[in-house]
Amino acid sequence: MTQFVQQVVAGLGDGAIYASLALALVLIYRATHVINFAQGEMGMFSTYIAWSLITNHGWSFWPAFFFTILVSFLGGAAIQQTVIRPLSRAGELTIVMATIALLVILNGLASWIWKPDEKLLLSPFPTGTWSVGDVQVPQQSVFNLLVVLVCVVLLWAFFRFTKMGLALRSSAVNPTASRLLGVRVTWMLAIGWGFAAALSAVAGMLAAPAQFVFSPNFMQVVIIYAFAAAVLGGIESPVGAVVGGLALGVTINLLGTYLPGQITPDMRLPVALAILLAVLIFRPAGLLGRAVVRRV
Amino acid sequence: MTLNRGFLVPAGLALAGALVIVLLPFWLEDTNEYRFAFVAAFFIAALGLQILTGYAGQISLGHSGFMLIGAYVTTILSVDHGWNDLATIPLAGLVSAVAGFLFGFPALRLRGVYLALATFAIPIALIALAKKYEGLTGGGGGKSLTRVLTGHEAYMTTWPIAGVMFVLAWLILRGRLGRAFRTIRESEIAAVSVGVNLTLTKTLAFGISAGFAGIGGSLYAITIGFVNPDTFLIALSILLLVGVIVGGLGSLVGVIFGALFIEYVPLYAPEILDWVQRPVGLNLDPKAAGAPAVVYGSILLLVLYVAPNGVAGLLRSAIRILRRRLYTSTGTGPPGQVVPKRREA
Repeated sequence: MTQFVQQVVAGLGDGAIYASLALALVLIYRATHVINFAQGEMGMFSTYIAWSLITNHGWSFWPAFFFTILVSFLGGAAIQQTVIRPLSRAGELTIVMATIALLVILNGLASWIWKPDEKLLLSPFPTGTWSVGDVQVPQQSVFNLLVVLVCVVLLWAFFRFTKMGLALRSSAVNPTASRLLGVRVTWMLAIGWGFAAALSAVAGMLAAPAQFVFSPNFMQVVIIYAFAAAVLGGIESPVGAVVGGLALGVTINLLGTYLPGQITPDMRLPVALAILLAVLIFRPAGLLGRAVVRRV
Repeated sequence: MTLNRGFLVPAGLALAGALVIVLLPFWLEDTNEYRFAFVAAFFIAALGLQILTGYAGQISLGHSGFMLIGAYVTTILSVDHGWNDLATIPLAGLVSAVAGFLFGFPALRLRGVYLALATFAIPIALIALAKKYEGLTGGGGGKSLTRVLTGHEAYMTTWPIAGVMFVLAWLILRGRLGRAFRTIRESEIAAVSVGVNLTLTKTLAFGISAGFAGIGGSLYAITIGFVNPDTFLIALSILLLVGVIVGGLGSLVGVIFGALFIEYVPLYAPEILDWVQRPVGLNLDPKAAGAPAVVYGSILLLVLYVAPNGVAGLLRSAIRILRRRLYTSTGTGPPGQVVPKRREA
């Protein structure tokens, strides 16, 4: 039982990272109906910016963290305006391919600028554990979860209580009507991309210390879990993305603990994806998604 | 089938291409013949992806996984069971096709984005499996084939097969099945309402496509003489998809340009970069890690903006312009007759 609780907490910590990246995917999917394949690499690039600020310019973690989030927000909005916006009249496949191009370019740029060798980003959180009864709770997991929850709540409050949040929601639901009502839809889309980039920056900056060292490919595993989480929760549902991410994190950790012979770290990903496929066959719209009726 | 003009041009291009491929070995040196053998392997795999993406309208980021299956079928049969490596090629295609069919059956109930996400799983899962079952596959260290081909041998082995696969793809696409694929691409709902069995047709497209990729993978293994799971990373799937887009979606002839792109652009990326940066006055290190990726990613973006139909689309418009010149040039018409310059939309 002790081990079980411990693994659940560790799983929630990992899951929080998947959840924040999954939420970024959902934000962009709701606004533009495209999966942003470059989301993970955007987070990776942001992580390198933070690393560079800390290692090469002597910043401490938290100023670098918030500054990177700001830079990522602007960068995400800029990418939407320069790369995605000119293709807005093109088909879905074209935009998806553009995000794949971005993935390739960002990954290449990172190894170009910062060299492809492994870098070290230390966690700002204590690495010890808290003892609650017999249970050893890893502190890093708890703090990861907290950071992501704070982001999610802030984001939710923004969408729910501010006028700009309302404008963002309305441009996602009905761009034409929003435009007629005076909402600047393309700028709203840019802001949406900005938020997604900021969230993936958070995911990257939490994921890098969690795996001790990172290299330009470090987000590729995380993005696959985030895809799985987003699909699991229903690609249209922000709550689903968070729930899906946490559920996935816990499931993977439990599988790793209780099926040790079969599930080597190498095999976790295939197993997670098999679970995902199984869920999709029985609930194609995801756990919290609604089936969409399509018109011809 | 009556021959119409719309058919003549691609047929002419295909013939010209075939002629070039037959004549190339006479002046290529061994290294480049060797590289061209890889072009053939990528050509076949990309043909498969073209059938799926360009004709049936489904995205796959998993085709490097099917190449892996083909490569390992060939390697395991020829090394451990003493088969002639060429005899394993049809089986490599068949095993991949069955794998694609079995994967496609559940996955293709998913639409668009979901499918692309699900196909992401294929190479990851297969690479992990190949590394796990070391006894069979040689694990992460890879496994050598029994013989090593010279460049010329590799060229002579791969291109005839590529020719056969090209004709096969064309035959598949010109018939009833090809029409069904295109209907699905345009509108799934319309396809169902004219009696196309959606699940079966999509799964078939996926299976056929995977079969092509498997044969491509098998030829890749035969050419390089060595297989390693990490050859077939998602990056290769992405590169295949980039090749198809650069060649031109929905054009079989265009795939050859895609295959050349896949083999040569990452190779010549430093030169391309140097050529672009010099006039601008930049002085970046073109041999740095990551530079090839930046170059081919940028080319992909450029293609999406300026030539959304790829090289095939550019060729098509070049031919259209040429034809207009030929048929409407002033001075050759009968005297007194004004030939209006027509502008085509």
